[in-house]
Amino acid sequence: MSIETGFADTSPLLPLPPATFHILLAVADGDRHGYGIIQDVAARTGGELKLSAGTLYRSIQRMLEQGLIVETADRPLPELDDERRRYYRITPFGREVARAEARRMSQLVELARASGFVPEGA
Amino acid sequence: MLERLLLHLLPASFRHEYAAEMGAIHAQRKRDAVGIWSRIGLYLEMTADVAVTAAAAHWEILRQDVRQSARTLTRSKGFALTAIGVTALGVGATTAAFSIADHVLIRRLPFPDADRLTMLWESIPGYSRMEPSPANYRDWKNLNSVFESMGAFRGLSVNLSGSGQPENLSGASVTADLLPLLGARPELGRLFSAEDDRDGAAGTAILSDGLWRDRFGGDPGILNRKILLDGSPFTVIGVLPPDFYVPNRFPNQIRLWTAMRFTPADFAYRTNYYLNVLAKLRPGVSLKRAREQMLAISAQLERLYPKGNRKVTATVGDIRELVGDRARVLLIVLAAASLCLLLMTCTNLANLLLARGLLRRKEVAVRTALGAGRERLVRQLLTESMLLALAGGAVGIGLAAEAAPLLAKLVPSGLPIAETFAIDGRAIGLALVLTTLTGIGFGTIPALRTADAAVGGLREGSRSGVGGRRERLRGVLVVAQVTSSVALLVSCGLLMRALWQIENTDPGFRAEGVLTLRTSLPMPKYEKIAPRFRFYEQVLTGVRALPGVRAAGYTSFLPIVMGGGVWPVSVDGAPVEATTNDRASLRFITPGYFAAMGIPLLAGRDVVESDTVTTLAVAIVSQSFVRRYWPGQGALGRHLRILDTEITDWTVEGVAGDVRTRGLERTSEPQVYLPYRQVGDGAFPWYAPKDLAIRGEGDPASLLPAIRRIVAAADPEQPISDVQTLDEVVALDSAPRVVHLRVLGGFALAAFLLAVVGIHGLLSFAVSSRTQEIGVRLAIGARPANIFGMVLRQGAVLCGVGVAVGMAASYLAGRAMQAALAGVRPDDPIAFLAGSALAVLMALAGSVLPALRAVRVDPLSAIRSE
Repeated sequence: MSIETGFADTSPLLPLPPATFHILLAVADGDRHGYGIIQDVAARTGGELKLSAGTLYRSIQRMLEQGLIVETADRPLPELDDERRRYYRITPFGREVARAEARRMSQLVELARASGFVPEGA
Repeated sequence: MLERLLLHLLPASFRHEYAAEMGAIHAQRKRDAVGIWSRIGLYLEMTADVAVTAAAAHWEILRQDVRQSARTLTRSKGFALTAIGVTALGVGATTAAFSIADHVLIRRLPFPDADRLTMLWESIPGYSRMEPSPANYRDWKNLNSVFESMGAFRGLSVNLSGSGQPENLSGASVTADLLPLLGARPELGRLFSAEDDRDGAAGTAILSDGLWRDRFGGDPGILNRKILLDGSPFTVIGVLPPDFYVPNRFPNQIRLWTAMRFTPADFAYRTNYYLNVLAKLRPGVSLKRAREQMLAISAQLERLYPKGNRKVTATVGDIRELVGDRARVLLIVLAAASLCLLLMTCTNLANLLLARGLLRRKEVAVRTALGAGRERLVRQLLTESMLLALAGGAVGIGLAAEAAPLLAKLVPSGLPIAETFAIDGRAIGLALVLTTLTGIGFGTIPALRTADAAVGGLREGSRSGVGGRRERLRGVLVVAQVTSSVALLVSCGLLMRALWQIENTDPGFRAEGVLTLRTSLPMPKYEKIAPRFRFYEQVLTGVRALPGVRAAGYTSFLPIVMGGGVWPVSVDGAPVEATTNDRASLRFITPGYFAAMGIPLLAGRDVVESDTVTTLAVAIVSQSFVRRYWPGQGALGRHLRILDTEITDWTVEGVAGDVRTRGLERTSEPQVYLPYRQVGDGAFPWYAPKDLAIRGEGDPASLLPAIRRIVAAADPEQPISDVQTLDEVVALDSAPRVVHLRVLGGFALAAFLLAVVGIHGLLSFAVSSRTQEIGVRLAIGARPANIFGMVLRQGAVLCGVGVAVGMAASYLAGRAMQAALAGVRPDDPIAFLAGSALAVLMALAGSVLPALRAVRVDPLSAIRSE
């Protein structure tokens, strides 16, 4: 899989499972460990989506295989770190996929708006 | 603690990566949770989460592995097809063999409370299974307290006439208790009541579903219709459903039932053996207790009736004993053979997988290098062998289902099994278990070996040498294959020898060119001798006048068709004992019978038309009769007595050759033939001649239309039944054996081929892995013959060990199945020699190609490749 080239085709991965998309959003602005991702997703959705540990790591396993994220060796300051933790970083391909997914969703919203399904101002 | 256990549900690869972190998250959550309820909620949530995650992760891996296996297997179609074919063979054979053994020997018979059903016999000197007499049946029934109910029946052959063609039917007359005892529920109408059993009651009959449909078009108005049986009117009172079955020893299917009446005369003789007695044990009463009580009752009856019941005891047998010893042994042999074959296919599969694993070492090693752990590799390889096994199992079940109709012929006819025999859920369940065991059991070691070899292989570089340990394991597997195939071949040989022995047994008559048929004369109508003799005379005169007919004659019962019909006799004026051990197979015959059957007349004369009640009472006896009673003396002019005949003195006027009346495998009683005219009105009605034998030129069956016309002219109401050539009669006697041998032969052939494939595979592999060594040997001057010999020697050693063990196993197998060997010894030299010859052939066939390949090794390129 050509991950780093920027030419990889994102379409086979779309639409993304919601959990995957949320995880991509959570790691978009910095490396995070598993529990950090769960907390971030919960905060971002106002507590609506609480990923379970199982869902999280199954998603992470698949995302690693797909090249959307990588495990990173960079660790935070030792006093903030727990050595059991593993940190994940988004790849350029992961960003591209997230962008493609966002584009797909906003096109969908456009279509819905044209049909009058979206309230004014939304 | 619980949590850690739960995490073990996850696939190892997933667990190694993420379990620690999942645990950390769970710990964090637990710290955040407040209150007992939220903790409990959290626990439940975590449990569900881990379970779902584990299932999903396993499923994901399985999908990957299956996809990967399908890809690799399509790339090596030859290997995949061989493995599938091999497994299909083993699973198919075992499923089929066990399915039939299950139906006949294990499964409950389709009767309500089948485990409480028993059969009762009289055991008299010389015969352990004699049909009880009405008098003893009545007393057993009244005196016992161990049976809930007891009923009796006897076979019946009646002519149905009135509407349409007259037809001879096999039926049974039954006491009123019998049908309820077997759980019969009429489809229409009612069963017999005690009222129908009463002597002198109007005749009542119950039809089988088949007869009702074939003969009466399934007419629902059949109840209360009158039908004519042997010319007497019977009222139809019911129809029994198609699946109803009376366990019996008759070869023919029962098509109608009538009520059995006993007259005082029936109870007069305790030696009047003709009933079949079934009884149902009371709940909680063991077979042992029933036997004890019946023995006590027998002793009591012996004291009361010392004449008729001397040394007579009642035998209580499980209903399954109707499956004879021979059938039982043959089925067990079949099941054992199929297990042998299964074992062979499994070892073959293991060998194939081992060899393939070695060939794939590099591919697997690369995957290891790419990060696949040992556990993942083993799992992937096991998935592959499971896929192969499942595909093979599916094909095997198909094969078994195809073979079912052939195998159904092995089912003894006395029990309701042949009709229902099919490969059903139980058999498929067994096949699935076998398949899974095959796939896992014989895939595990190769998978472990392959994974280990791969890890090591990468380290070792590209050297293509094969570890000695691995080759030894494969050698042991091949030896196991040779062993079981030799055991199968020799067992098959023994049974083949037994069949030859049986087929070469002189039946005592010449069967070719003889047509046989039955005209069973109905009794009140033909009770008087005058009309009876007129019938025989008219039919025989007509038949003998047909072009191409050389001889024709009637007898009471044809040999083999009817094995019984034995009667107490005495010689030289001694009184005849009813319970004597001296019994002869009794037949009334017309002149021409011996000529038609080709039974040689060794001394004296044949019966003639002028032998009547007013002339000297004459008897023709068999050679065995002479040997038994007058050894080394002349028999002509000697005297014999037959129990209960009006004539008390019969003079021997002729000696005939021995006939195997009880079939080719059993010993037969000495025979006594009496002239058909030397009986009075109403005497020996059961022995009235009914089977006609016609010796003709060319195809005897072509005579049939003309014979039908002759019989119809003699009596338009008289049906003809049991039309068959005498050759067919003889063949039918050993038919189950022929089928059995054919199936077993198929197994043995498959085993032979599998062993050849096994030897070939092992040697090919050894040669290809020793290419360099062979190259070096050739380069330093070894002659091709030496190399050829070296490979052959390896094959010979494998075979030699296998043959030695296989021979010992064969001898044990032979001893175990001695009951089915018809006198062939379990160490029969011919079978063993043939087995070893085939083993030599096996070794040669398996080693020639690898040996040739070894000889063709080019020393230069072999050495260069290093």
